[in-house]
Amino acid sequence: MRTRNNRKGSFVNTQMAKRILSAAFVAVVLSGLTGCATTANNPKDPYEGFNRAMFSVNEGIDVVVKPIAQGYDAAAPLPVKAGVGNFFGNIADVWIAVNNILQGKGGQGLSDAGRVLVNTTIGIGGVFDIASEIGLEKHAEDFGQTLGKWGVDEGAYLFWPLIGPRTTRDTFGWVVDSYADPLKRVENVALRNSLTGLRLIDIRASLLSTDKVVEQAAFDKYNYIRDAYLQNRRSAVFDGSPPAIKE
Amino acid sequence: MKWLFSLFFAFVVSSSSAFAQEESSPDAMIKKVTDDVLTIVRQDKDIQSGNTKKAIELVELKVLPNFNFQRMTALALGRDWNKATPEQKKRLAEEFKTLLVRTYSNALTGYKDQTIRYKPTKMQSGDTDVLVKTEVLQPGSKPIQLDYSMEKQADGWKVYDVIVAGVSLVTNYRDTFAQEVRANGIDGLVQMIASKNKQLEAGKK
Repeated sequence: MRTRNNRKGSFVNTQMAKRILSAAFVAVVLSGLTGCATTANNPKDPYEGFNRAMFSVNEGIDVVVKPIAQGYDAAAPLPVKAGVGNFFGNIADVWIAVNNILQGKGGQGLSDAGRVLVNTTIGIGGVFDIASEIGLEKHAEDFGQTLGKWGVDEGAYLFWPLIGPRTTRDTFGWVVDSYADPLKRVENVALRNSLTGLRLIDIRASLLSTDKVVEQAAFDKYNYIRDAYLQNRRSAVFDGSPPAIKE
Repeated sequence: MKWLFSLFFAFVVSSSSAFAQEESSPDAMIKKVTDDVLTIVRQDKDIQSGNTKKAIELVELKVLPNFNFQRMTALALGRDWNKATPEQKKRLAEEFKTLLVRTYSNALTGYKDQTIRYKPTKMQSGDTDVLVKTEVLQPGSKPIQLDYSMEKQADGWKVYDVIVAGVSLVTNYRDTFAQEVRANGIDGLVQMIASKNKQLEAGKK
């Protein structure tokens, strides 16, 4: 009898939890829709309602991620943090080299390959960025930029949970990027998950100092990030010299 | 979003004497001011540990005289600028200046041993509008572009836009401002920036 009651109780609790979850979901979606209704239609952001909903989902996730990044930032000594950043930077340089070559920038691609070679060996597995010190500069390229270089239009602006802002073109680029991600090739699941987690924390920690600036500078954080993202990507595709936009 | 990391260099431009400005080129001016400000920040433990008030003082003293805030505000408003009365323009420029100074002085407190590389400026004699290009160097990450749009005025070269990694700190506000003007007019926009400034002043962030 008691067992049955307990079971019933847990069943009720599950139902409750489901109801609360779906209510929360509806609330998020509604807040997105009202966001859509109250803000003027912006031609460069046709899915603003959806995007704002996802943006608030991300802000919610960040409530958990940010403190971890802050803890890491406070606890880890500077050389450790630099080493971690360099390590993941070195892994990323492989794909950056490929993208430079795909964009017809062979010289930069070779330089990136040289970076990987130097940093993996003399830089002890990428922990030290010796290549920068000897004049092989780090670049930032991804498949979205390559597509842009090839003339693919950026498409509509989107905001994804976890991934953050991406244009339609860069969303596709991101899928290719993550397929090419060397961490995906790590066979040991525990190691792969730890590395992926650490990389996330490293990236989040590197953004901590900009948080405050954005919080202060922005009237509407969503708008500010969107407009900055779009300007930044346009500039990145043209390697820093985008054609002037007509007013 | 790493580009934002170096925002604090954005306002690192200081005053040189009126005489020097007459003769000096815009890129020489950027270099001198950047060097001056960074020298101070490197030695100032208060600024490094997050003393925003001190950073604002530094920016007001060294950087402000080299900026044309009227032009910056006009750029941020785009077409709406012409709808404003002279009185409204004055108030807009004043509030926008306060916002930019307060926000980006804060970025100075994030300084972490970055260095600046100055790139050659494309300029012909007689040019009155020029883009000065620099890069912020950080070991282990891609150099971040930091460019200044400058125009020549009677009292020397003045900065009217700062572009960090392709993001203009001024035009990034354009859509937000245009939206507010559509909804509540120029006065609404003045009100919006002013109340944001009051909020920041009160430390609510």
